Amino acid sequence: MELRGFKNRNATPGYIYFEGEKESQNSWERFKRFSARAVKGELFVGLWIVLREMIKFNIHTVQYPLQKLQMFPRYRAIHKLLRLFESGHERCIGCGLCEKICIANCIKIDTKVDENSRKLVTEYSINFGRCIFCGYCAEVCPELAIVHGDDYEHASEQRAHFGLREDMLTPIDEFKAKKQKEFPGFGALSKDADKFVKKTPLAY
Amino acid sequence: MSDITVTIDGKQCRANEGEYILNIARRNGIFIPAICYLTNCSPTLACRLCLVEIDGKRAYSCNAKAKDGMAVTTKTEEIEVERKAIMKVYDTNHPLECGVCDQSGECELQNYTLEMGVDHQEFSIADTIRPVHEWGFIHYDSSLCIVCERCVTICKDMIGESVLKTVPRGGVALPKEWKEVAPKDTYAMWNKLQKSLIGIASGADTLECTNCGECTAVCPVGALVGSDFQYSSNAWELQKIPASNPHSSDCSLIYYDVKQTNIKDPIEKIFRVSSDYNYAPLHGGIRYGYDFENKGEGKDQKAMKKAVKFFKEEADTIKFDSFITNEEAFILQKLKEKYGYKLVNDDAYAYKRFLENFRKTAGKSLYSGDIKSLQNSNFVVSVGSYVKSDNPNVGYGINNALTMNKGAGLYFHPIIDPIVDGYSKNMLCINHKVGVEESILYLVLDLFGDKERLPENLLKYLESFHSKEKKTIAEIVKEQVKEIVKDEESGEEKEVVKTVSKKIEKEIEVDKNSLYDTVGLDDDFDTKLKKMLMKKDKFFLVAGEDLYNHKRAENLAKLLGLIQRYTNFEILIIPSKTNTLGVSLICDLDEKVGKKVAGYNVKADFNLSALGKGDLSFPALNQQEGTFTSLNKRVVPTNVALSFDGYCLNDLANELGLKAENTIDYTFELGRVSGYKSEEFDELPNEFLNSGVENRGYLLDVESFEANDEVGEIEDIDFGDQSVVYLANPVMQFSAFTNRAHQLNEAGALYASSDYMEANGFKDGSMVLISTKDAKLAVAIKYDHQIKGMIPYLPTFDTKLEVMPFFEDGYRYAKVEIKGVQND
Repeated sequence: MELRGFKNRNATPGYIYFEGEKESQNSWERFKRFSARAVKGELFVGLWIVLREMIKFNIHTVQYPLQKLQMFPRYRAIHKLLRLFESGHERCIGCGLCEKICIANCIKIDTKVDENSRKLVTEYSINFGRCIFCGYCAEVCPELAIVHGDDYEHASEQRAHFGLREDMLTPIDEFKAKKQKEFPGFGALSKDADKFVKKTPLAY
Repeated sequence: MSDITVTIDGKQCRANEGEYILNIARRNGIFIPAICYLTNCSPTLACRLCLVEIDGKRAYSCNAKAKDGMAVTTKTEEIEVERKAIMKVYDTNHPLECGVCDQSGECELQNYTLEMGVDHQEFSIADTIRPVHEWGFIHYDSSLCIVCERCVTICKDMIGESVLKTVPRGGVALPKEWKEVAPKDTYAMWNKLQKSLIGIASGADTLECTNCGECTAVCPVGALVGSDFQYSSNAWELQKIPASNPHSSDCSLIYYDVKQTNIKDPIEKIFRVSSDYNYAPLHGGIRYGYDFENKGEGKDQKAMKKAVKFFKEEADTIKFDSFITNEEAFILQKLKEKYGYKLVNDDAYAYKRFLENFRKTAGKSLYSGDIKSLQNSNFVVSVGSYVKSDNPNVGYGINNALTMNKGAGLYFHPIIDPIVDGYSKNMLCINHKVGVEESILYLVLDLFGDKERLPENLLKYLESFHSKEKKTIAEIVKEQVKEIVKDEESGEEKEVVKTVSKKIEKEIEVDKNSLYDTVGLDDDFDTKLKKMLMKKDKFFLVAGEDLYNHKRAENLAKLLGLIQRYTNFEILIIPSKTNTLGVSLICDLDEKVGKKVAGYNVKADFNLSALGKGDLSFPALNQQEGTFTSLNKRVVPTNVALSFDGYCLNDLANELGLKAENTIDYTFELGRVSGYKSEEFDELPNEFLNSGVENRGYLLDVESFEANDEVGEIEDIDFGDQSVVYLANPVMQFSAFTNRAHQLNEAGALYASSDYMEANGFKDGSMVLISTKDAKLAVAIKYDHQIKGMIPYLPTFDTKLEVMPFFEDGYRYAKVEIKGVQND
């Protein structure tokens, strides 16, 4: 086993410092930097496009927030935890695959044995301040329990905004009102999925 | 060593004659899949995955012995088909619950299923209901079990308790039609698999063993897991921190598996302890007693100031125990050199004196044996060690030697121990009277000493125990008798020769050894021993804790030295606590305390404590980095598993004028102590290699001296008929630290056998009063089913029980009076 990780006894995490652009030494250098930044041909290209479309009256602007976009199924916004249609129990079995695959390392799960000696998910959290909405968690989930919703409005006052289980899980009254829809998007099985699996024989 | 050459997949491999092919391959970095084989245990042939071709013929590499010039092919098309089919059989009816299974991620069934490329299933068989069992510390889900029998094997061959066995599954018989479809070996292993499951050998509902939990460690799937760990974390989320066993002197390689406590509490927590089960077993004390950390409340500057003041102005003694690292011991020694404190440590002082006396006659600075040579031996003698709970790993070594090398052994101890008795039928347990250890060691010298090399006076002394005794034995002799018979009809006289059996009594001279009587050996011991010694060539002697504080400790140590020099025995003198050996080598210890005592994990005027509630909190051994000196004479490193935000001994030492940034800066300086090397802590490895080589830390240097032969004569202690109490901990408990762990926490009691309870009319849980002239203790009595005989024992792990007053001089046996107390 590698012991490398144990040799760093510095308690603060190792920041990497980026030195950045070299500072200008004299006014000639400062002038050169200024002109290189200020005078760019691209500026006029962009201005021309805006002017052209304005004259044509070809306007696509959505009048947000009065008007909102309907997202497509494969859009990846704030996550949802779904319930089983049959029983209303939450689908998550606590396998931890989303926790493992998460490349932003923002998912955490706590589990324990419950009184029926089944695995119980006691807490589930996503740090939305870190989440990059890559969709791997939904894709890897074997139960289609964690999925992406279509709520793209997640501005927050804090950088770290944690989503806990109760925020993401379909509320039970909403579930009873049959408002939970099966998720067709990222991670869901394709319609022809049966064609790609071989059946396991049964001796019954 | 390596005397033959075997070719495996074209690679020339050196090997010993008779070694298993699988082990040779592993040592040489050649991969052969195997599930059921465990290093140091006997092959079970349950999985048949290790199938190879030797000189064109199929064989199982786990039990095929190497011969010179063998050519082994580990992979052919035919073998690959067979291996894939075997994995398919294992996958048949295996519950698809990897998502919740504890083993997922480190599961050998998962790994080999992928390795063999199983992408579809053609086998099927009707499933049976396979129930879940709760066996105390262990949770057994038989539906996940693949009956590789590793748990059964390790329990028999390594641990020596054989509490598990295969039991009938009660499922349908394997339909014959599969015989045509499945490959030959697959069908055979499936046939066996379909018939069995794992159960408790005694047929009881609960496990009655020493709870080492080694079965859960070896289980390749999630069938056997620790009840406490179950469903608490996925294996891959845990960070493995390599360390050394902090509870006992085997200092085995362990990994603390660490993760944040939960989402709301990001502080790290140890979820379990895992190990390299192929190379070193763990005992229950560390497997379940891992969360003994001290919870610090930041750097308490007031307490530190008080401590510095106490050390500078008042203290003249530091009293401590041996549950510390080498570096801490070195710091204490430096403080002694600077301030002239007395260093008092009872167990290390006794051990140090013992080793010093041992050196005088042995001519070596340290004993010759270690666990590895114990495992390789085939005749083991154990004297003065209650191995089952003193140092279970030595017990595992003894059992491993007996079962794997067809060995035999003698176990001398006053307490009857059914666990040791059960190691092997060739283990002769001799329950001698208390205090005759000297006679036993003289007996070992007499029986095994090299008579040609032994010094004259010793030979003479040994001779004095022998006497010629006349013994009458009845012998049946056949005699031919001539008789004259008269024929009645003809009147002729005939001579007839007849054979008559005749019993005659004969007097013979036999050699009588009076040591036999002292030790309490039967008359037929000679014949038994002769049988046991057949084909034995590697001898091992284990000496334990009973001897170090014995009134005749000096002489016992010298006798051990002589045994090491004049017999073929390798000797192991078990250090009593984790780092007793290290402390005894590093510190210049004093016998008696002074006026003002600072105690480190020991009650004193000022308490430095890793147990909580001290005057100044220090980190426990799972919160520290440093090294231990193990009984294998090896300096092994341990790492920080949990953080501690308070002060440590090094901080105090810095305040007192020493200078080191970290405690482990002293690892290099240990080289100043004889035997130790100057090596940086960060350079010390801590792992087992694939070949099973213990690549951990470094070995102590053993020095040689001029030896003498001076030794005293026997002066055994006579304890008479008075009731005796022994000082020992119950299994899994080693110190106050193990008792802090949430799974092991219990109240201490007087532990007694059923014989003792019946004879005295005590009931489990009733109160008794133990008294001597100077000390009294009221304590509950607890039934211990793992001992027999009339000697109960008192533990040291419970700090609330003041047991030491009974054992004033440290000797582990005390004469006491035990009376029942009426509960009002």
